[in-house]
Amino acid sequence: MNDKDPAVAAVLPPILARWQDDPTALVQILREVQEQLDWISPEAIDVIEKALKLPRSKIEGVASFYSFFYTQPRGRYRVLFSDNIIERMQGSVALMERMCKCLWVEKGKVSEDGLVSIDTTSCIGMGDQGPALLVNNRVVPKLTEARVDQLCELIRSEVPLADWPAELFVVEDNIHRRDVLLDSDLAPGDALRAARERASHDGLDAANTRSWREGLPGGLIGPASVIEEVRRAGLRGRGGAGFSTALKWDACRNAPVADGKERIVVCNADEGEPGTFKDRVLLNSYADLVFEGMTVAAYAVGATRGFLYLRGEYRYLLDQLHAVLARRREAGVLGRNILGIAGADFDIEIHLGAGAYVCGEESALIESLEGKRGTPRNRPPFPVTNGYLDQPTVVDNVETFACAAMIALKGGAWFAGIGTEKSSGTKLLSISGDVAKPGIYEFPLGISVGQVLEACGASGTQAVQVGGPSGTCVNVAEFGRHIAFEDVPSAGAFMVFDSTRDMFEVARNFVHFFAHESCGFCTPCRVGTSLLKNLMDKLANGHGSPYDFGEIENMNHILQQMSHCGLGHSACNPVLDTIARFRPAYERRLSNVNYEPAFDLDRALAPARLMTGRDDEGAHLSVHFEESQP
Amino acid sequence: MSATFTLDGKEVPFRDGQTIIQAAQEQGAWIPHLCYHPEFKPHGSCKLCTVTVNGRHMASCTTQATAGQVVESNTEALNDERRTLLQMLFVEGNHFCPSCEKSGNCKLQATAYELGMMTPHFDHFYPSRPVDASHPEILLDFNRCILCSLCVRASRDVDKKFVFALSGRGIGTKLIVNAASGRLADTNVAMDDKALEVCPVGVILRKRHGFAVPIGERTYDKAPISECPDYSPLPAKEEA
Ligand SMILES: Cc1cc2nc3c(=O)[nH]c(=O)nc-3n(C[C@H](O)[C@H](O)[C@H](O)COP(=O)(O)O)c2cc1C
Ligand code: SF4
Ligand code: SF4
Ligand code: FES
Ligand code: FES
Repeated sequence: MNDKDPAVAAVLPPILARWQDDPTALVQILREVQEQLDWISPEAIDVIEKALKLPRSKIEGVASFYSFFYTQPRGRYRVLFSDNIIERMQGSVALMERMCKCLWVEKGKVSEDGLVSIDTTSCIGMGDQGPALLVNNRVVPKLTEARVDQLCELIRSEVPLADWPAELFVVEDNIHRRDVLLDSDLAPGDALRAARERASHDGLDAANTRSWREGLPGGLIGPASVIEEVRRAGLRGRGGAGFSTALKWDACRNAPVADGKERIVVCNADEGEPGTFKDRVLLNSYADLVFEGMTVAAYAVGATRGFLYLRGEYRYLLDQLHAVLARRREAGVLGRNILGIAGADFDIEIHLGAGAYVCGEESALIESLEGKRGTPRNRPPFPVTNGYLDQPTVVDNVETFACAAMIALKGGAWFAGIGTEKSSGTKLLSISGDVAKPGIYEFPLGISVGQVLEACGASGTQAVQVGGPSGTCVNVAEFGRHIAFEDVPSAGAFMVFDSTRDMFEVARNFVHFFAHESCGFCTPCRVGTSLLKNLMDKLANGHGSPYDFGEIENMNHILQQMSHCGLGHSACNPVLDTIARFRPAYERRLSNVNYEPAFDLDRALAPARLMTGRDDEGAHLSVHFEESQP
Repeated sequence: MSATFTLDGKEVPFRDGQTIIQAAQEQGAWIPHLCYHPEFKPHGSCKLCTVTVNGRHMASCTTQATAGQVVESNTEALNDERRTLLQMLFVEGNHFCPSCEKSGNCKLQATAYELGMMTPHFDHFYPSRPVDASHPEILLDFNRCILCSLCVRASRDVDKKFVFALSGRGIGTKLIVNAASGRLADTNVAMDDKALEVCPVGVILRKRHGFAVPIGERTYDKAPISECPDYSPLPAKEEA
């Protein structure tokens, strides 16, 4: 069937065998095929179609959803420059141009010999050590001109990635302030043992109870007491929405499970919010804490199966995470009969994403885990009752699980004593931008923006984007505000801009991000984010008018009220926030009429200039225009 | 006897498990909609059916009716928002109604008329979407596709065939057919497939049937869409 392509014939069977021809593993299978063959060819899809018994249209639909899958041949070296505003400030645009020139390839295109393609991608979580890029999904941080030249040389001489100098791929943790999470030296199993000891008995050994394996019925003292500790701790989700973790766990635990079904615990490590990289550090250096937290959650809700959904950008962490899981199984704190208790079964699989921010939204994440396009579901029903393959599912952020492990170990009252009354515990901040020491800072919640700025050595700051593009922009007058759910909530990003930065360009970069990442399911977000992008580009090109402010407000209203998920709801935030605080940055760009069309004949002629290789004065309309004026 | 909610001030009875739009349609009330069709699982993507439920915006095709809900639909504010959504759909594709075979039978056009959409307002995207004329009997003019997925659902749930699917992402989302060649002629589509009947706009057309009913005598030429119910008693369940 595929004698046409011996590579496909060699590569596909082992991948399909490893995933047991399971259609719910489609995204993982496509990822491995992409990784080994450099693209997903029609011949490869032929084989997958037969093995998984899926319609071809569905496979193509999934493959075309994720940015890191290519259904057309790309270069053998696929370079993607991270395109967050932070990297732009660090000079990423010039570095990319340098590489394009050096390798004779246009951005977005494949070089004529098929060797290399260069393009941009959304933030890859290296804001503390950028500019950074991905080459065939391996991160190369700390780019300089010299480093770019070195990469060009390696690519031009076709050195296999495996033989590139290891120092190119070194990613630092950059931890600059530790508190209860980052100071912990929890040994595997400690939190689980502490949780069990705290309850008078947990019923796991009692003859008249169902085992963990079947999903624990309500009322068992052990699991209930874990949830009680989490409730007492006042733990709220670290992934953005700040939902009460105890309520979520309780709802999942109380959701009925049909025969042959099970409860599921999912760790959301999609970390797609630009400017956020704290989950990267937790998974690199505190993986045991995270996995222990997932196991505590499994014990509490009665789950037997777990997933870590790791963003594709963090592919480089995969092998070491598998090793941690293997070690935990060996130590008896993961797998069957955990801590030697019969029926206490829970194991964790790792699924990788493939370049789709929306897959951080919990129901889109579940769709992706099921091997589908990452489209957010209609809710209700919610994942806690109808999640992965319609089973009760808890989805929590990486940091939430780390907190949960510490709570199981030290108790809820201890945790509640840290932070503020409504926001207990600490928060990991990913600090990047105009600061002396970018990196990870763990602070008790309630810390003021100004205190954080001082700690990281910021000066001349005019604004901080807290929580990423979908978060909040604060200006100097607001530096007394506090990082807390009741004031300025943050999923982790803390991007600092000094007074030399143009806040309009910051907002424009974020708007481009949302347009690029919209899943395309609903009309308002699919079309609205692109319209918004065009509006911001129109302003950037000097064709804005006061009329456009009204247009932006209207677009914000439609996006907030009518969108299907949080992506659309917050897509306009950065624009509104910056208009409210930095209006001159916008007004500077307005022409004085009430309305200006976006179309600019001279700009439309740019492709013609490119094709004819002309860029002299005579090739520009405005010049003719001025000349012909009397 | 049965529970009710109010729709624009009027009591609407409903049965357990019904969505707001289902209950409303049963009473002959029209809530604008494009991706909803009573015979298929609700999709909830076009958002045209958005109403406010106790003050909150919700898609009425995916929201369960519950007793005592206060639902508003025919308000100036909501119709304004719907007009914007319609304008978005118009500029996203290439719609030249005067030369379109579906004109007069098109739900997008009819809804735009009914809601008084006067201009497209936004700059057109003018996407390049080649037509697929490979099939001897059927023409696919993707220029008019609004990505409602009704053909996808009909093919999957009724015809059990998967002839159509959505691909791509974001503004690049597009409809594809189930063939390695990407051509409809190479799929197992059949002329009596349900999927060929459900397109609300002018994408899926039968060749050589053009303008069989003259313009001026078509469904929405004779009565506005708000008076042409598409209610059918088949139960619909939410899409998984
Ligand atoms: C567009 C979008 C992207 C999101 N991305 C992430 C993410 O990368 N990581 C995360 O933990 N939560 C993300 N969330 C929030 C999740 O939907 C969910 O609320 C969270 O994982 C729940 O975990 P928590 O309660 O521990 O915060 C995202 C939400 C939206 C709407
Ligand atoms: S599909 Fe409808 S709206 Fe589009 S061109 Fe045809 S008649 Fe006009
Ligand atoms: S072809 Fe018609 S039915 Fe199918 S998605 Fe497009 S607009 Fe909807
Ligand atoms: S397109 Fe994904 S939320 Fe609207
Ligand atoms: S009709 Fe309800 S979202 Fe389209």
